[in-house]
Amino acid sequence: MATKRVLMKGNEVIAEAALRAGCRNYFGYPITPQTEVMHYMAKKMVEIGGNFVQAESEVSAINMVYGAAAAGARVMTSSSSPGISLKQEGISYIAGAELPAVAVNIVRAGPGLGGIQPSQGDYWQATKGGGHGDYRNLVIAPASVQELYELTVEAFNLADTYRMLVMILGDGTLGQMMEPVAFRDEEPIKVVDKPWAAVGRGGRQTHNTVTSIYINPDDLEAKNRELQEKYKYIEEHEVRYEEFGVEDAEIVITAFSTCSRICRNVIRQAAELGIKVGMIRPITLWPFPSAPIAAAADRDNVKAFLDIELSAGQMVEDVRLAVCGKKPVYFYGRMGGNLPTQKEILEKIIAIHEGREV
Amino acid sequence: MIDFSIILAGFGGQGILSAGKFAAEAALHEGKEVSWFPSYGPEMRGGTANCSVVISDEAIGSPVVNDADVVICLNQPSAEKFEPSIKPGGILITDSSLFEYAPSRDDIKFIPMNASSIASELGSMAFATITMLGCLSAATGCFSRASFESALYEILPERRHKLIPGNLEAFDKGAEFAK
Repeated sequence: MATKRVLMKGNEVIAEAALRAGCRNYFGYPITPQTEVMHYMAKKMVEIGGNFVQAESEVSAINMVYGAAAAGARVMTSSSSPGISLKQEGISYIAGAELPAVAVNIVRAGPGLGGIQPSQGDYWQATKGGGHGDYRNLVIAPASVQELYELTVEAFNLADTYRMLVMILGDGTLGQMMEPVAFRDEEPIKVVDKPWAAVGRGGRQTHNTVTSIYINPDDLEAKNRELQEKYKYIEEHEVRYEEFGVEDAEIVITAFSTCSRICRNVIRQAAELGIKVGMIRPITLWPFPSAPIAAAADRDNVKAFLDIELSAGQMVEDVRLAVCGKKPVYFYGRMGGNLPTQKEILEKIIAIHEGREV
Repeated sequence: MIDFSIILAGFGGQGILSAGKFAAEAALHEGKEVSWFPSYGPEMRGGTANCSVVISDEAIGSPVVNDADVVICLNQPSAEKFEPSIKPGGILITDSSLFEYAPSRDDIKFIPMNASSIASELGSMAFATITMLGCLSAATGCFSRASFESALYEILPERRHKLIPGNLEAFDKGAEFAK
């Protein structure tokens, strides 16, 4: 028998997934359009004896995350764009101290206080580090409420495995929408030993220290080399993406999350007009699926790429690096909280097909 | 059925968002893919509120509706705002007991229904949106009465299940009106 599907809001599903993944510590500060994550956590943590704190600020919340992670606990915070900016100092410290944690960014339009409608304008901040220093976060971009569930559970496993921050990058659409979700009876929780956790000596002679400070340049360089080795391994092993229609596509769309959903409909409409369009949808934004995009660029049938984003064009730079000048890469984006319509994207596809696009 | 899309709009507090949830839940009970997306932000009681519901046999692309098969409006500003969003051949349902409306288009089907009057006869203004769901169901077949009933049992907490017969009566009145 098929598992029962229930209708739930994206934000609530993120919180439910975290609880199912064994997260018993949540620290945050409210901000639209992600506040339902907090609401859900506030209600449920009491029932199950977990820790929920509405901190006095985002800076405080991320440092609580640092503390819980240093003690070896599964921990999460969530916010939206301006709040995530405030958390960047703490995120850099988490990277430096190699702590496992999950942070959710339900992106709204910026810059500044901006607006509260959906955007993907935090792509650069999420994928290129965001705070100070040479570091990476693993960034996951779900495209449906079902994926929000499955990938949030997975985010905790990845965080523990690699001792780093995993960011779930959504947007206002995904957080606010309701869709059916089918929960598993049992979650695939990966139990990772944390002998480094600062939980007291427990009879041992020495204590664990969790820190990101290395005053000696040689020590710090060695630490950085270790981090880069880890990031390299992740780039080789954790790339996730969805690809379809590339084998006979004339145009390949690159789009993630909400944009990929809109493009899916457009691809169907283009097919009715006899234009073959495929799509490569990054699921991990870092590590970025450069290899499948490079492979598509090498195909004779692929004449051009079209990148669609809710920004002025951020991921398109990674697409261009992967395509490496072999084929033209066009871009269409909307900003301010607006979504591109199917019609707008279809017109762009027709223009490329007819050679009118420059 | 591919991407059958509905916009429900009115004042905050009229039950617009809940009605959208009932519609989505009813279609879910028929094994359909569904999505529900609210207007969010500085909305409040008395302000405008709307939500988009998409019902489909296939995975749903955008949950945000630009071209609606059906628009259901409980106030004049919403009708004016969303009439242009209706597909040619689509349907506009308004609550004619709350406001008089004359669509400017002739390529849509217009159903002015005295939903609030029917609801007050049944004893609760909260039934107004339910009669409109009955009308929607009968006019388009996007979900059945049985699925709507299942949705009520799913969404309403048990202490409110005594309200289900009243809701079904309201639904039936709306369905009769559509015929």
